[in-house]
Order: sequence, then structure tokens, then C-alpha cells
Amino acid sequence: MIRVVFAALMAVAVASPLKAEIDIQEVTSPGGVKAWLVQEDSIPFLSLQIRFTGGASLDPSGKRGVTNLMTGLIEEGAGDLDATAFAEARDGLAASFDFNVWADAMTVSARMLTENRDEAIGLLREALVNPRFDEDAVERVRAQVLSGLRSDATDPNSIAGQTFDAMVYGDHPYASTSDGNLESVSALSRDDIVAANRALLARDRIHVGASGDISAEELGLLLDRLLGDLPETGAPLAGPAEPTVTGGVTVVPFETPQSVAFFGHTGIARDDPDFFAAFVANEVFGGSGLQSRLSEEVREKRGLTYGVGSYLVNYDHADMLLGQFASANDRVAEAIDVVKAEWANIAANGVTQEELSAAKTYLTGAYPLRFDGNGPIARILVGMQATGLTPDYISTRNAQIEAVTLQDVQRVSARIYQPENLQFIVVGQPDGLESTN
Amino acid sequence: MRRFIAVIFPLVVALAGPLRAAEVSSFSLENGLDVVVLEDNRAPAVVHMVWYRVGSADEPRGVSGIAHYLEHLMFKATDELEAGELSATVARNGGSDNAFTSYDYTGYFQRVASDRLELMMKMEASRMDGLALVPEDIATERDVVIEERNQRTDNDPGALFAEQRRAAQYLSHPYGIPIIGWKHEAEALTLEDAVAFYEQHYGPNNAILVVAGDVNPDDVRKLAETYYGVIPPNPNVEPRKRVIEPPQLAERRLSYADPRIGQAYVIRTYLAPERDAGAQDEAAALTLLSELLGGSATTSFFAEKLQFESQTAIYSAAFYSGLSLDDTTFGLIVVPSEGVSLADAEAAMDKALADFLETGVDMQDLERIRMQIRASEIYGQDNLSSLARTYGAGLTSGLTIEDIEAWPQILGAVTEDDIMQAAAKIFDRSNAVTGWVMPEGAEELMQ
Repeated sequence: MIRVVFAALMAVAVASPLKAEIDIQEVTSPGGVKAWLVQEDSIPFLSLQIRFTGGASLDPSGKRGVTNLMTGLIEEGAGDLDATAFAEARDGLAASFDFNVWADAMTVSARMLTENRDEAIGLLREALVNPRFDEDAVERVRAQVLSGLRSDATDPNSIAGQTFDAMVYGDHPYASTSDGNLESVSALSRDDIVAANRALLARDRIHVGASGDISAEELGLLLDRLLGDLPETGAPLAGPAEPTVTGGVTVVPFETPQSVAFFGHTGIARDDPDFFAAFVANEVFGGSGLQSRLSEEVREKRGLTYGVGSYLVNYDHADMLLGQFASANDRVAEAIDVVKAEWANIAANGVTQEELSAAKTYLTGAYPLRFDGNGPIARILVGMQATGLTPDYISTRNAQIEAVTLQDVQRVSARIYQPENLQFIVVGQPDGLESTN
Repeated sequence: MRRFIAVIFPLVVALAGPLRAAEVSSFSLENGLDVVVLEDNRAPAVVHMVWYRVGSADEPRGVSGIAHYLEHLMFKATDELEAGELSATVARNGGSDNAFTSYDYTGYFQRVASDRLELMMKMEASRMDGLALVPEDIATERDVVIEERNQRTDNDPGALFAEQRRAAQYLSHPYGIPIIGWKHEAEALTLEDAVAFYEQHYGPNNAILVVAGDVNPDDVRKLAETYYGVIPPNPNVEPRKRVIEPPQLAERRLSYADPRIGQAYVIRTYLAPERDAGAQDEAAALTLLSELLGGSATTSFFAEKLQFESQTAIYSAAFYSGLSLDDTTFGLIVVPSEGVSLADAEAAMDKALADFLETGVDMQDLERIRMQIRASEIYGQDNLSSLARTYGAGLTSGLTIEDIEAWPQILGAVTEDDIMQAAAKIFDRSNAVTGWVMPEGAEELMQ
């Protein structure tokens, strides 16, 4: 159940601040594994989210892509089961285990029926604790990864993102894609993969969120069985990325009718006292929906793109302010001018009281709607832990949005929007646009 | 291994459908508006959707894209609302809204706290018969649609090829025309085209209201009567008359090379029957056939033969969706391993098909899929928006509520014989379009 309680059910059309209250239990298993639980018994299944902090940034030097390849292999045989037998067992239970990895973490999103939860957990345990990494599976999955890399090499979105990262993050792992490259992935050995597994899947790197048909006591026992046999400590984490963005335009020539533009510079830390003010400011500037300034100016008034937005992105080791859009080759230069002008405008003039109020009512009203089912709740619980929040954040978050004043937003806008540092990467054949760096 | 391979389009396979989580009720208003209410009180939220029984396949010839373009324009001014006011109001109430166009339907929805339902209805009703388009909104929004087409299709060689493949699949039926429109036609759409399409197809007697969430049917009925009930039926609305696709007698083969393609693949689609009201058995058998043959990346028949045994392919799949007003397609895709030509990949695919027809259904495989169908009824209860879409899409694709609710049982009752009969019938090369998609310059290597 989605235990969201609205404190006030006001008359229609009155935008009242809504309050979400979710009953989070903090669980510590007998063996010491910690988790957050939202118990919801009405549908007989469980969603479980597990985050292993460190992710692909743990790749050793010269082994780029090994954590990604390892993640792709976790379900390809474990314990007594080869890849096919494992998948048959999983599907026969109608359970699903999704493994994802990116620069900061690997996540496991698991879903299982109450009626066969013990068997499903037993299977998932084998994948986490006893993966086989059989040679034939390694070659099969390596070929899939290499195919993906070849496709990415001709995908303008991938090219744009990778160009930006390479320019900004210096020698930090963030500077290159977690997937690795043709050369590095081809050279990875089974030993490399085993080492990557050992480096990442450790008990001191875990955050767990659970939502669904399970009690705190049952969850504790389940977690000990599932995670208790993992090693205590993982490999050292990557350090701060210290991104440097100096501003300008870089064109990457690519034959395609529509140019893809990535843009951004550094952002603001999640624990900065002005984070909420920045969050509200960016909602006005480049937030979701067609009401943002960027959307209004680039799409609604001028028809230059289908979609444009800007985002405060808090990686574990870097805080960024990023955005993207795509425009036909003969219109992208104009769109970039508009984005630059808006960047300068909000930095100099901030936002209006009306914009601030509208952003607050949207953000506070939309927040309770996020807790939309067991899977989303389990993911939110893990995200909160990884961000260093406490369970009471859910009941105080909207008040922090409400507390943002116009003065706060003006101050933070001048700080976080830096027109002189704004870097664009444009992949395509843009008319009238030259690289400046 | 689940890594998304860029050449694969999303395979949307809704195994089962809707379920018992929500209390389902339905009624119609005097003006012809059909209403479905899914009551689920777990969270004080509501999804409010209006579906029109009109999509791109109902467009006149020569104005392809008009259904989708009109969908964009529905966010502009009405008699009561300024351009953009509807979305801005939804956002100010903490909600989200959007719309979608398909071959057979066009839908508009908001997701918002349940105490805002009345406001949503008031605004949605306003654009059901009160759209007030002005020339200024027209040109800019057409540019937006062209950029959308650039983004979705012209910048994506896989999507460009899919357009060509569908055009080859349907000789006469409008499913061969892209939803977003051919570029030259979409660029030339006018205010008059949009107004004519709106006046022909929009109105309560061509719409289905789906309200899902923390509501009760009596309240929904009262609100619906207040806001939608006062709209007169549109006399221009007629039953849908689609041309019938002629029988296909000869296989059609396409070959497409583009420098932006990083990974070659072979794809084949067969013209296939869809789910019809009161007659969903064959579609159910095809649904299970696609799961057995290519539903799982590890355990399907194709995966076993092509990826594990012969290692001809790095990825293979079968796909089928029976949710369609008219004839749909059953598809196969094989992404060859490095060094394997498309000719060899296709031959291996045909060999695997022949083997499947020879060996028949593995009962353990079938049991696993039946288990997953049963489980999807449990998991499906957790996602109310998805449940609401199931009803809207089903009802606008010619099914009844009874058909939609019977679907999981019909799937569960499919036998191995049903599956093999469906397979024997569908895999007829004279009923297929086969496409080779490859990087430019690789044509010879692929022979």
C-alpha cells in the first residue's frame, strides 16, 4: 500500500501544500544488515531494492568496463545452476531480478511473490554470493557489450554525453563511459571479472529498501540469508571528481539531420544550505512540464525543439547542473542563443514571485504522487539512504520547499547559473556554429 | 544479461491484463460518453483519462500526422482556457499531464491528488468540444512536431527503417503510414486540416472516460454528468470504416544501409490476426507463441538455439501484440554474432523456426509462462495507471470490458495444440516482410 496520507484535503482548485506520510520502519537484521521497510500487506508480493555503492568507478586502471561486464554476468549462472537453469528457476517462480550499474553504484531491483519468496531469495542469494562467471557466459555477454559499444559509437546522444564527460572530469573515472571501450572490454579476463565482483559486492557498501508483504522480523531473517555471506569490505571508493568546465561550444561533426546539444557546468551539493532554493530555482528554469522558462522560450514560443530541460545532478563525487535538447541542424544555433540568454537572465534577475509560488505548489503537490507502488517506494527508500537522509525527511521535505523565499532563490540563482562557464557539446551538422574550444 | 542493445525497439508484451485490485464499474451517459471507473483507495490519488476512438489510421489520405498534430494542439486555447492553461493548472495542483496518439486511439490524461478530479474534468470537458485554435499557435507547434519527428525518427536509423518496413507490410491499410506522419505531409499540415479532423471525430459519443484511483463510482458519475454530460453528441462522428488489407501473396524483402547503424540485424514481421471482441483465442495462442519462441533472453527457444547452441546471434526475440483494431504483426529479430552475415543469421532463424515446428512446445517452458501470467495478475494490481491504460487501449481497439477481463483466463487456457496450430499458420513467408539493416558499406559483407 501506498501509505501516503494527505494532511489536508482542500476544495478543488485550491493549491494546498500536501503532506506525505509514509510509515518507514528501520530494520536491523540479527546479523547486522540495515534496511528500511514500508510494510504493505494488501498485495502478496515484495519489492526489494539493494544498492552497492562504488559502481563502475571501482574499475581498476586499464580494466575499463569490467564492473559493467561483471554486472551483466551476475545472473548468467550461479551456484549449481548454469545461465539457462538459473533463468528457468527464476522464471518458474515468476520472480524478476534486474541488475543495473552506473558510475556510482550497482543496484538490484527484485520482485517476488509471497507464496515462493524463500525460493526466490535463495536463488538471488546464489547470484549475489556464488556467481559462476562461466567462460561461455563471459564470451556471450562480452559480445553483447561490444555490440552495444559499436551502436553507441554512431549514436549522437552517446557521443554528446561522452564528449562532455571526457572534457569535464579529467582523470577521474567519470571521464569515460562505464561500459568501457572495444579495446578494454576485449582484453578483460575472467580473473578481472571475479576481482571486480569481489571489489563491489561487500557488506559495507549496501543500502536496502523493501516495500510490500513482509514484516520487519521476516525481512531481517531474509537479509541475513541474502547478504550475510558477502565479504565485509569493498575496494576503496573513487575520490572527488573536481569537474572543470570553462564555457564554450564544442561541435562534433556527425552526419544526421538533427543536432543533439548537451550543456552544463558544475552544480550545488545536496547538503548545501541553499540546495532547496536551487532546486526550486531550477524547477522554474528548466523543470518538468511545459511551464519552465527553457520550455517556454525554446519550444512553446519558437518551436525550436520537442523537449528541453535542465537538471541538478548530484553524483556521489560531483555536483552538476546539466541539460539537453535536440534541434534541426539549421535551427540549433538559434536554440543555443536562447538557452544562453535565459542562463544569463536568471543569473542576473532571478525569478518572479509568481514563478516561485507556481514551482512550490507543483513540487509539494507532486511529491506524494511519487510513492506509487512497491517498486517505486523501495527505490525511493534506497535513494534516501544513499543521499544520507533520515526517514523523517518524507514528512519534512515539503516544508523545506515551502520555506524557500524569493530572496533565497535570487541569491542562489546568481550563484549556480554561470553564463561564462556554460559549456555546449553539439553533435550533428549545425549551421552557423563553430567550436570555441 | 539485460543490457539494452540499441537496435532493439521496446518490446511491449503485456502478458496478462487487468485484475481484481481495483473495483471496476462502467456506465454510459446519454450523450454517448462511455465511462469506466477503477476504484482503488490505497492512495489519495487519481488518474483521469479521456480516450478518443480515433487515431492516425483514421486520417484522410495526404494529411498524415494530423491526428498527432491535433493532439499537440489540444493543449492550446479553448473557449474557456488560454493556450497552455490546462497544463499549467495541472502543474499548479501538483499533478502531471500528457497525451498520446496511436494508430487506433488518442488519449489525454492527468495524474493528480484525488480531490482535484473535478477541476480535471472541467478542463478536459472544455477541450472536448470547445477547442479554439488560432493561427499563431499553429505554425510554432508544427515546428515542435517536426522536431519531434526529427528526434524520434529522422535521427534514428532503426526508426526510419521501421517506417519503411511497415509501409511494405501494409499495401492498403493505413497502419503502413507513420503515426507522426510522413515528413513532407507533416510539414504541410494546416489549421483547416486540424479543425476538420477535430470536428469530424471529437465529441462525447466518440470518447471513453477512464477514472482510476481513490474515487467512488457515484461521485464520478455526478461529476461526469455535470461536466461531460452537458456536451451534445457530435453528429459528424461515424463508425470507423477502415480499408481491409488484401491477402499478402508474396514475401516482401527490404535492405537498408545507413552509416549511423552500428550493429546489423535481420527482422521479419508476419501479418497476424489481432484480438477481436468475443474472439481472442488465436491472439492468445500467438501471445504465448511469441513468449515461448523469443520472450526470454535466456530460456526462449530462439535464445537456446541461436545464442547458446549455434552462437549465431548475440540477441534474438519474438514479439507480438494483439491489441489492435485491425490486422497486426508477429515479429522476429536476430542480431548476428560478429563475423556472421545477415544471410547466415536469417538462415539460422529459419532453421530455428523449422525446428520449433518439428519439436513442438516444451511443456516445462509453457508451465513457466503460465506461472508468469498468473503472477502478472498479482504484480499488475500495484500499478493503477497501467491498469487504466489497459482499459482505455482495449476499449478503443474494439474490445469490451468483458473481453479485457477475460484475457488472463483465455491466456491461461491456451494449450500446446493451440500454440502449434497458430505457429503452423503464421510462419508463412508469403505473408512476411523481411528486412536487413546494416551499416553503410557493409552490404557486401552481409551477403
